[in-house]
Amino acid sequence: MTAYFLKRLAWFGPLLLVLSFLSFLLVHAAPGGPFDRERRPAAPEIEHALLAKYHLDEPLLKQYVRYLGLLWERDPDGHWRRAPASFNISLKYRNHTVTDIIKQALPVSLSLGLLSFLFALGVGLPLGFLSAARRGQWADYAAAFFALSAVCVPGLVLAPMLVMVFSLKWRLFPVGLWGSPSHVILPVIALGLYFAGRIARLFREGMLDVLHAEFITTARAKGLRETTILLKHASRLAVLPVVSYAGPMLADVLTGSFVIETLFQIPGLGLHLVNSSLNADYTLTVGLALLYGGLLLALNLLVDLVYVLLDRRVMYER
Amino acid sequence: MHPARALLWHSLAGAGLCLLATGCWRGEPAAALAIINGGEPESLDPAIVTLAADMRITKALFEGLLRLDGRTGRPSPGWADSWDISPDGTVYTFHLRTNAFWSTGEPLTSADVLYSWRRALDPATGSDYAGQLFYIHNAEPFYLGKTKDPAQLGFSAPDARTVRVELEHPVAFFLDLCCFPTLAIVPRRALAAGGDRWLMQRPLPSSGPYELVAWRLNDRVRLRKNPRYWDAAQTRSALVDILPTASPNTALNLYQTGAADIIWDKDLMPLELMDVVRRRPDFHNFSFLGTCFFRFNVTRPPFNDPRVRRAFALATDKTRLTRKLTFGGERPASHFVPEGVANYESPPGLAFDPPQAKQLLAQAGYPDGRGFPRFQFLYFSSAGGAKIQGQLAVELQQMWSENLGVQMDLRQIERKIFYNAQSRLDFDLAASSWVGDYNDANTFLDMFTSTSGNNRTGWKNAHYDELLDQANSLVDIPRRAGLLRQAEDLLVNQEAAIVPLYFYAGFTYFNDAHVHGIYPNLLDEHPIQDIWKN
Repeated sequence: MTAYFLKRLAWFGPLLLVLSFLSFLLVHAAPGGPFDRERRPAAPEIEHALLAKYHLDEPLLKQYVRYLGLLWERDPDGHWRRAPASFNISLKYRNHTVTDIIKQALPVSLSLGLLSFLFALGVGLPLGFLSAARRGQWADYAAAFFALSAVCVPGLVLAPMLVMVFSLKWRLFPVGLWGSPSHVILPVIALGLYFAGRIARLFREGMLDVLHAEFITTARAKGLRETTILLKHASRLAVLPVVSYAGPMLADVLTGSFVIETLFQIPGLGLHLVNSSLNADYTLTVGLALLYGGLLLALNLLVDLVYVLLDRRVMYER
Repeated sequence: MHPARALLWHSLAGAGLCLLATGCWRGEPAAALAIINGGEPESLDPAIVTLAADMRITKALFEGLLRLDGRTGRPSPGWADSWDISPDGTVYTFHLRTNAFWSTGEPLTSADVLYSWRRALDPATGSDYAGQLFYIHNAEPFYLGKTKDPAQLGFSAPDARTVRVELEHPVAFFLDLCCFPTLAIVPRRALAAGGDRWLMQRPLPSSGPYELVAWRLNDRVRLRKNPRYWDAAQTRSALVDILPTASPNTALNLYQTGAADIIWDKDLMPLELMDVVRRRPDFHNFSFLGTCFFRFNVTRPPFNDPRVRRAFALATDKTRLTRKLTFGGERPASHFVPEGVANYESPPGLAFDPPQAKQLLAQAGYPDGRGFPRFQFLYFSSAGGAKIQGQLAVELQQMWSENLGVQMDLRQIERKIFYNAQSRLDFDLAASSWVGDYNDANTFLDMFTSTSGNNRTGWKNAHYDELLDQANSLVDIPRRAGLLRQAEDLLVNQEAAIVPLYFYAGFTYFNDAHVHGIYPNLLDEHPIQDIWKN
């Protein structure tokens, strides 16, 4: 099975390469370039110089080879030299490299995302458990209603409501910005509540499925206490759908949310993910697509590993 | 719990906490002043910046020979404390201050000025505004690579305290240009060491009233007072945060809760709340050097006919636009160059006159709009103040349907695609705006010369080019103004390549009981060092 996981790991490289090529083509195919602005330079030569500086006047394939740092060029003295890779140059934020931008934004998105993830699990799992344990009773309906509304109300609506009540009315938390723990609370709720709702629903379904299984009946027949059955035996399998959902969800929350970051003015990756393509900042867009893709691959692999740990019946062949 | 598993969980939790601590806890001191300035600055390199909002920050970091006065918006001494101008207006001699130092303590000399200007003229720098230096002798051939020798350039340093500039022809607004960021003095050593990332170095030598402490994208630019600045005694706030903001609602929330002291970006005020906000005492508005207009694509029929274009101009009720749509004190515009510009007065433009408009349209072959092809009005989608473009489009659509009987379609596209379409002349009519770079009619009128990249109408008029060339070679102010007036008359009245709609009004949003040092002026120039909060 180790071989299986190693093989999966080895696929990362080619997959990311294909991803980089596709996203590179896509961003360049979109109309409007990084230097299409309200003000054009006084002379066309200035515009040419700008495009030449960033090699945007070259054929697309050549640009891609340069992007990867695999382009060999003749220098003024006639020697062949490898041209520096262009993947790290942001076309919009010309004083920052793509790495600079990711280094600044990723920790912010990671902390916000991780906290939202923990919040979603912390709220969603108990809620789902309660719902399943009190099936058909008012607690089930209340929890299901809460979970459903959490899924239905988007962050776009929830965040301004939270701000209005907790920041503008009661002045408990800041309306935005980033820099202290008090800045984190509202965004975490606004970002995590949706996932909490999804998790609650998934966990409830999982529990109800498992409770019909034969081994649970056996456990009951043996006279085990209901709480022991639910907590020790049922929830361990019931959590599997949540685990498979958690992988992509984690990738989603870790790379930031455009809406939440815009509304709370949080310097995370989500703003860059959307703005870089609006700004036609080709290199940043591709760089972020690769980051997101890599994270998604890694977390899916992690999910499969966790599956093995949770359910010994799961085996991966070849 | 199994010991190994317990260890795993504890280390995971520990790692998580460390991450959270580094990710969201900074513990920095609060700034004395926080300003909501605009979007995230593209650059803080004075040779590279193109947006007015970004320039406000670079001006705090890097100053040139002159700077704009915060009260009047007119050029005043910067690193040069005096200057002489030759009688023919082509040679300027600047005298630098005797005790001029970078923020790091190195002496600031005329060699730094030469280096900075040469750098802006180096195509490898990729400066959008390199053209601001083309008025200097041999600067354009140098940029184009026709003259390689920097000694041929029209600026030189006879000694460490003197800069001599020779222009191609008299330039009435050269002192204004000397205040422009492209001509600011930048640190040679930091640039040589840092490449494109030179602004990340600490300490970063600065020539302006502030030093750069931190620059985190979408978070803040933090400025600290530069004690070695020549006018440091007048720098009012020691620590200033410049907050980039993506959403107008967030900007207003930050202001309401005291997290920000000033909002001075038009696009960062929710348009829906403008009517409420402008009645508050925090709202300070003033006229400034900007015009909202629309362009024709004169290469496409039926707009290749000046009579049609004039008919559209005459059928546009600009007062209705400012009364119904804009709330910031904007004034209807019949001409292109805004009122109040230095040494110039525009010719009267086309007034609102539907009968004459109909008559012109009939002459062009479309009586009562019959047979007039459907056409499109192009504008871009945006948040905040710029949202008004969509409302303008709807209003114009209705106005022309009433007054001319023509049917117009609206086409809204993404901003970058919009500018690209404008450049490729892929439009019929396009919403446009222009804000002057300096206080002179030329910053508006030279947009529509045949060779200008900002023309974007397809309109080329040899007589117009000639008038501008002639005007810009004159020292005589009234004669120059006369020629420029003829040119503007050609542009907006006879040929009507564009239709001016209204002159912008600037606004600054702050509580003047607490925040001081912001003065209204035509250039929307509010030097950060002048502002303080008590």
